[in-house]
Amino acid sequence: MIDPREDVITERLKNVSRIIAVSSGKGGVGKSLVATTLTLELARRGYKVGLFDLDFTSPSTHLILGVKDAQPKEEKGIVPPIVNGLAYMTLVYYSGNQAAPLRGKDISNALIELLSVTQWGKLDFLIIDMPPGISDAVLDLVRLVKRIEFLIVTTSSLLAFETVKKQVSLLRDLKVPIIGIVENMKMNSAQTIERETEKIGVKFLTGIPFDSTLEEALGDVTKLCNTAIANKIIQIVEKTLLS
Amino acid sequence: MHEWALAEAVIAAAEKIAEKEKLREVKEVTIKVGELQQVEEDILRFALSQLKPSNFKNAEFRITKARTALRCRVCGNSWLFKRNNLDAATVEAIHFVPEVAHSYIKCPKCGSPDFEITEGRGVWLENIKGVR
Ligand SMILES: Nc1ncnc2c1ncn2[C@@H]1O[C@H](COP(=O)(O)OP(=O)(O)OP(=O)(O)O)[C@@H](O)[C@H]1O
Ligand SMILES: [Mg+2]
Ligand SMILES: [Zn+2]
Repeated sequence: MIDPREDVITERLKNVSRIIAVSSGKGGVGKSLVATTLTLELARRGYKVGLFDLDFTSPSTHLILGVKDAQPKEEKGIVPPIVNGLAYMTLVYYSGNQAAPLRGKDISNALIELLSVTQWGKLDFLIIDMPPGISDAVLDLVRLVKRIEFLIVTTSSLLAFETVKKQVSLLRDLKVPIIGIVENMKMNSAQTIERETEKIGVKFLTGIPFDSTLEEALGDVTKLCNTAIANKIIQIVEKTLLS
Repeated sequence: MHEWALAEAVIAAAEKIAEKEKLREVKEVTIKVGELQQVEEDILRFALSQLKPSNFKNAEFRITKARTALRCRVCGNSWLFKRNNLDAATVEAIHFVPEVAHSYIKCPKCGSPDFEITEGRGVWLENIKGVR
């Protein structure tokens, strides 16, 4: 017996110019925040963008975006609704506010299902918010989406950077392009991570300061785009993604 | 009409096999549909007929249904999925992504959501026959 779904994924994504996974070996480093802000900033510049929350067990982009009652449309598949100017897809549409206790195999299955039925249409960028770590979701995405590129997030802590180094070497083994590394929640101006990043031959994208007012901007995209974080994300957009 | 996307996947996979097995003409495609996803057979059939490539034009699509078996990973209990315990919105959510069953269904014996879908999850391509 053959699972037919994988054979249609390339077709589903054929009109998406760039597909970028925002990822980290470590949890809680700001992947969801970076992915969401990045997508919003691209949308503000007039690009057609999508955001896909692949953190099925602990989704959070819907909270960052302040999504209320959006639902996908059914049309030869699933068409993601446009939320704050971006085509937005999350498992939350289906799991609601229930917990989604999924094991690796279920995560792969849900990921394959959504990739095979979601009709993204024509997009300049599809940004994917990844769950933490370098297991199922990363491996499946690399296997199924041939054009995937990774943007990696770390904090200033060596504990985070060590897992990021392992992720970099995994992605290199898999021959997946790495756009660069973002250092998030910086508490001082130390350049250790920047130097270490360059040492492993990866581009250092930017350092984002810890912003104690961020919490008030969650759920309000206008506020979010006015934070110091958004300012730094704009640098990535302008200096790296659009240049 | 989300069945349309599934039909497209079936056709894409069947075409790939036909090519690999050098089938000039495909006569029969057998598809197994798990009960969990509540796929509308009529819509699936219609979509398949619309999407048929030319070497499939005389192909018959046989759709067989499979019951959905679940097994609890905590207490080992096995049971069969029944849609009539669930409201329409839940059935629809599971229709789009069967894994969200874990958000709504619990083991009838011990209440755990940690179960395995051992059979009858989604749409499978079971067999394809044709002439070289
Ligand atoms: N630069 C920052 N300044 C202040 N708070 C931040 C910053 N970046 C992220 N946060 C906060 O840190 C927490 C973790 O961020 P986020 O959820 O984006 O991380 P994550 O890497 O996606 O986590 P997970 O691994 O659980 O998916 C959130 O509460 C977020 O609001
Ligand atoms: Mg996250
Ligand atoms: Zn049980």
